[in-house]
Amino acid sequence: MSSTLAPQRAARADVGPRGRRAARRGRLAGRLATLGPGLGYLVVFMLVPLALVLSYTLFHRGRFGGIVYEASADNFTRVADGLYLGVVWTSVKLAGLTTLLALLLGYPTAYLIARLPRRWRTVALVLVVLPFWTNFLIRTYAWIILLNSEGVINRTLTGVGVIDRPLELLYTPGAVVGGLLYAYLPLMVLPLYSAIERLDPQLREASANLGARPARTFWSVTLPLTLPGVLTGCVFVFVPSLGNFVIPELLGGGRTVMVGNLIRDQFLKARDWPFGSTLALIVIALLVLLLMAQAWAARRLSGGNRA
Amino acid sequence: MSDHHAGEPLVSIKSVSRRFGDVQALEQVSLEIRQGEFFALLGPSGCGKTTLLRILAGFEHPDSGSVTLDGNDLLAVPPHRRPVNLMFQSYALFPHMSVEKNIAYGLERDRVPKREIRERVDAVLATVGLTGLARRRPHQLSGGQRQRVALARAIVKRPRLLLLDEPLSALDKKVRAEMQLELKRLQHEVGITFVVVTHDQEEAMSLADRIAVMSEGRVRQVDAPVPLYERPADLFVADFIGANNLVTGVVTTEGLRVPDVGLLPCPAAPDAVGATATLAVRPERVRLGADGVLVGVVRDVTFFGGTTRVAVDVTGLDRPLLATVAGAAAVGVGDKTRVDWSGSDAVLLDRT
Repeated sequence: MSSTLAPQRAARADVGPRGRRAARRGRLAGRLATLGPGLGYLVVFMLVPLALVLSYTLFHRGRFGGIVYEASADNFTRVADGLYLGVVWTSVKLAGLTTLLALLLGYPTAYLIARLPRRWRTVALVLVVLPFWTNFLIRTYAWIILLNSEGVINRTLTGVGVIDRPLELLYTPGAVVGGLLYAYLPLMVLPLYSAIERLDPQLREASANLGARPARTFWSVTLPLTLPGVLTGCVFVFVPSLGNFVIPELLGGGRTVMVGNLIRDQFLKARDWPFGSTLALIVIALLVLLLMAQAWAARRLSGGNRA
Repeated sequence: MSDHHAGEPLVSIKSVSRRFGDVQALEQVSLEIRQGEFFALLGPSGCGKTTLLRILAGFEHPDSGSVTLDGNDLLAVPPHRRPVNLMFQSYALFPHMSVEKNIAYGLERDRVPKREIRERVDAVLATVGLTGLARRRPHQLSGGQRQRVALARAIVKRPRLLLLDEPLSALDKKVRAEMQLELKRLQHEVGITFVVVTHDQEEAMSLADRIAVMSEGRVRQVDAPVPLYERPADLFVADFIGANNLVTGVVTTEGLRVPDVGLLPCPAAPDAVGATATLAVRPERVRLGADGVLVGVVRDVTFFGGTTRVAVDVTGLDRPLLATVAGAAAVGVGDKTRVDWSGSDAVLLDRT
């Protein structure tokens, strides 16, 4: 090792400071070449549109749907109206409920997968992501067929005689939550699985050895040590649930309006881009706060996990 | 130490077998571990010692056989109710808990009153020399300190049996020697029966009162360190424990006849005359000098400080004979020397 390094070091010493600076410039160029395309893509297609959205919040809609470039805070006073804040709050509640249910369903699933023999784990994980291979809209339409008053569930139940009249399943907040849960459950299972799988099985054994029943081991050892995975999974489910507008539209039937629908309508129906941007800004702000809280909590949690 | 109990079997393992797929991890293992002793399971990796330890802790179940503790069936007790604590090789400290929380964990499970937990945690921290580090997290400790926490966590519940899985393997040499002494002192102090699993014969020899040497799922010999070293029961033990000179030949009334070499001194074995056997003689029993039946050429001299290891090539033997002499050697590489030992210092093994 040293015999191959030594001549190199000697050669570099001969080049002097100017050569060294050139080398550093070369390295910078190399780094730009590798980072450049991705960075450029982000700047052009993400930062610029984001800046546009942010700037629109200060203007207002023209008579024929254009943008009038006169700065004012009107959009923000309008958002403060109870109607819009109510929609935001409903969205947070539905997305929160979806996340909670995804956690309650996803944790046992991920736990069981992590305890499977190694070759079955891969099979189980493929099954978890399998729905992603079908078109999202088609999968959501399938839910309509299930929940319809003439749908599979209602017909089975009336057929068996459990109920006389079809239940009102479709076009309810419950249908929206069910749809969101179905769509985003894999995003909960995957990070949970990776957190549980990484956990040293000897920690569970140590807990049992010290007198803990399996349930105690779960609450005192397994769950606290997989909390970073829990947080990641929750963010992965909450974020897309909050912004989704297809599922509330199809399964909520326009009766359950989420903030995603509201924003979509402002841009496409009311053609009020400035107000739509303001609503979008609020959602973005919420999510940024959430992500910051998650990063902070994850750092705190993993601080003790490096043993 | 509870001397009045000494000698009574605490753990009794009878004909325990365990198979993993094609691998026979344990085959008809029977052992008795006495109350208050420091017992070692010694063997190369894959010999089944860890499986046996995990059976005692309750993480594995034998396919057949029985294990009793204080006369009661231990196998019927789930791991969390056994009066057996294990110090894991990786220590398995809970990374999200402080040192004191780690140690208190087992006591909390037993619903020991809070005040008593505090007192016992403080006492055990003092015993292992970690007072003042109670609030640290495991990742803020050195390897040696973590090991002490693991030990404290295992002994604080005052188990009937303490299992230690390769307790010193992760420590550097100096800390190792220190911990070795400390473990012994601690075992005397707390009077708990210790079972240590190790592949390191020096560790086993220096720590244990008795050692079970295991290989390929079987127990080869159970003995105190000195007889184990001086009277190995078979070829495996003779070769595994310490260095040994092994020579195969035919037993005669005058010694061991080895073709092309001659007659080697060996203990009298009237019943074995005519049989083929392997002679084992320790390097420190081998004398170099002007007398002796064997003539050889010094191939290598290694000075260890207190002793010197001399390797001598003897015509007719495929391995050089090793001799350990006190201080510096009187011979140099290439010198001719005679090699000798007294017949009573050698052992005859595997007679057929």
